[in-house]
Amino acid sequence: MAGLAEACLGLLTGRILVRVAPPEVDLAFGRKIFMRKLMLGNEAIARGAWQAGVRVATAYPGTPSTEITEFIAQYPEINSEFSVNEKVALEIGIGACIAGARSLVSMKHVGLNVAMDPLLSIAYPGVNAGLVVVVADDPGQHSSQNEQDTRYFGIAGKLPVLEPADSQECLDFVNAAFELSERFDTVVILRLTTRVAHSMSAVETGPRREVPLRPHDTRPGKYIVAPAFAKKRRVVAEQRLRDLEAEAEQIDLNRVEGRSKSLGIVTSGIAYQYVREVAPDASVFKLGMSYPLPEQRLRDFAKGCERVMVVEELEPIFEKQLLSWGIPVVGKQRVPIIGELSPEIVREALDRGRTPRLDTSALSDLPVRPPVLCPGCHHRGPFAVLRKLKLHVCGDIGCYTLAAFPPLSSMETAICMGASIGMAFGYEKARGAAFAKKTVAVIGDSTFWHSGITGLVDVIYNRGISTVIILDNETTAMTGHQDNPSTGKSVTGKPAPVLDFVALAKALGVNSVREVDAYDMNALEQVIREEVAREEPSVIVTRRACVLKRDASVKSPPVIVDEDNCEACKICVRLGCPALSLTTSAVQIDPGLCTGCGLCISTCPFDALTQPSPRAL
Amino acid sequence: MDKTTNILIAAVGGQGALLAARAFGSYACELDLKVKVSEIHGMSQRGGSVVTHVRFGAEVHSPVIEAGTADVVMAFELLEAARYLPMLRIGGTLLVNTQQIAPLPVLSGAASYPDDLLQQFERLPITVIALDALSEAEKLGNVKTVNTILLGAYARHSQGEVAAWHRAIAFSVREQHRAINLRAFDQGYVLAASPSTHAVPTGETGS
Repeated sequence: MAGLAEACLGLLTGRILVRVAPPEVDLAFGRKIFMRKLMLGNEAIARGAWQAGVRVATAYPGTPSTEITEFIAQYPEINSEFSVNEKVALEIGIGACIAGARSLVSMKHVGLNVAMDPLLSIAYPGVNAGLVVVVADDPGQHSSQNEQDTRYFGIAGKLPVLEPADSQECLDFVNAAFELSERFDTVVILRLTTRVAHSMSAVETGPRREVPLRPHDTRPGKYIVAPAFAKKRRVVAEQRLRDLEAEAEQIDLNRVEGRSKSLGIVTSGIAYQYVREVAPDASVFKLGMSYPLPEQRLRDFAKGCERVMVVEELEPIFEKQLLSWGIPVVGKQRVPIIGELSPEIVREALDRGRTPRLDTSALSDLPVRPPVLCPGCHHRGPFAVLRKLKLHVCGDIGCYTLAAFPPLSSMETAICMGASIGMAFGYEKARGAAFAKKTVAVIGDSTFWHSGITGLVDVIYNRGISTVIILDNETTAMTGHQDNPSTGKSVTGKPAPVLDFVALAKALGVNSVREVDAYDMNALEQVIREEVAREEPSVIVTRRACVLKRDASVKSPPVIVDEDNCEACKICVRLGCPALSLTTSAVQIDPGLCTGCGLCISTCPFDALTQPSPRAL
Repeated sequence: MDKTTNILIAAVGGQGALLAARAFGSYACELDLKVKVSEIHGMSQRGGSVVTHVRFGAEVHSPVIEAGTADVVMAFELLEAARYLPMLRIGGTLLVNTQQIAPLPVLSGAASYPDDLLQQFERLPITVIALDALSEAEKLGNVKTVNTILLGAYARHSQGEVAAWHRAIAFSVREQHRAINLRAFDQGYVLAASPSTHAVPTGETGS
């Protein structure tokens, strides 16, 4: 019964997140899964936080970091939340750590931009209980506005940066990060990339360490950044960096894998895995602590190799540091700076031959498959109206950013979270009120809570006449339907207050606040026309639950095409709804996809589209 | 590295590629092999391409398959099969569901869905196993079992251990879906024994 005993031990000593093996599944098989679990990097971070005795975890959703907090939310021992934005998330983490609780704050790389003020401001003061900031970069920009390299921000803040290379390291490095944080009195950055965060590999899990609350830190002035105190901490921070450099020389997160002397490769993170794959014979210096770097250890490594290459994804940070120390290395001469790396790119960079490939040249001109707004999405109507009215649309970040693409093509700008409102006001300041009357700002509910409020306050206070449309689909949709102040639920699924845009806008002094049904194109058109013409700030709110979250049992009948009336004018198809296709002489509607929202009906000039009543919406 | 098996799963968002990848992971775990799975979360619910890499063997470093080294491309949709075929090694196997899901440019008439994909595949130095998994799933009464049907076909093609696969699938799905998925797996297993490499593609759109 050894298998059964070990399985029970697994249950007692470690918390298993995923469903417990059902009775009919062979326990020996189940044991292998229990003891060595296949885990997403993000899940392993969450598990690592739990094992390290973390008590407080905050975040704002952002691919590829979002799952960390979704997994953490399953642990009752951790007080976790999706905060309204990354700055608030980090400030909560800072408060919690000063009050004695180990805290973990997670975000994507551009989310760090939002949290940079608290991050760099807490850098000198340091911590009480450990504080770890997990930042997930997106090389290749799978779902981001840029591929900025978070290692720079460790350098800017003089904060250590740890880089795990697989899921086991994700778990282990969380613990190492907290240990470093408390030992060196510093925030620690734990840096992931998409391929580490979103890959699954085997993880040995362990039990939770109950780390007692530290006494509340009341050392005078430590957390007051007035220059009188902060200047003293400046000196401490510089010495702390020297101490961390000494630590880097012997920390086991960095390791040398000695193999062939002809080629040594300095690398970190996922790039390490590609190096091991295509150059299994090369000596490798694997950096687990990417900042600060261990100068002496790297010198010794380089001395032992005929030549040294640096294989790092994105920026030549290691390369430039090594060169500045007079260590000759080759890096970005061979390894691309743009985009994510891959085994084949590293193979090419290291001159390791070419893998023979199928000749797929005949299959090269394939139609692309862009992401689209779902059938029934309530963003579609407003953007179709904005396009019809030929308005300038300053957009924002969310599912509705997809409206920038054909065929909707009705968004001019989308720069960063919450930018829509300020940017529309900027249009007005540059070109005057007449231009403002041809401009709208469009922003989603979560984005508005994140960083739209301040833009609106500015418009009101500085006497703009902007028209702001808030598209409320009662969720943070693009990142996977997380909750926010509009949803009525928290990350743990418990009920939460629903905050009210309309009341807020009125309280701020917006006289004209309109609510419109997003599916009523005529009403939308009328209200938008009225509000852009108005010479004072306006807020228009559309509110419909995201179609993916709606009660599936409440269905409206699909729209039907009268092929005799259809003139294939393409007006309905230009809504970009995936349920509509025009590949024959008349439009066809897929009843399996159509949600019966009826938007297309109102666009048809030939009465070719109808819907059996009643609409259940 | 010779012993590593590389499976690339290409699908349209919502077809259940993730579940298939996790079933692979469970299966490989039981064989005491190292497993890594790479998936990109994000656009899957918006009808975009979803690609999952599964690698298992004695030693696995990269969770991402090197282009031209996939042993199997398991495609849940015909156009995605074409899109990710460059990942397949010479002599590898393309296991493809012949269902067609038109992407937006095709729906709007701006592009056309290529009509000769299967013939193109068959000209290449690879093995093509084409199944109408959607029809089979419909016969079983649940279109979401396309993924487990394909897993069954893979298991047959790779001469895998059926009992181990059954356990892997049971472990990967909720209890109430276990029975239908195991039936779907068995159906795929049977179908792969007599694959139709000249299957007529199914109709234009499908969910």
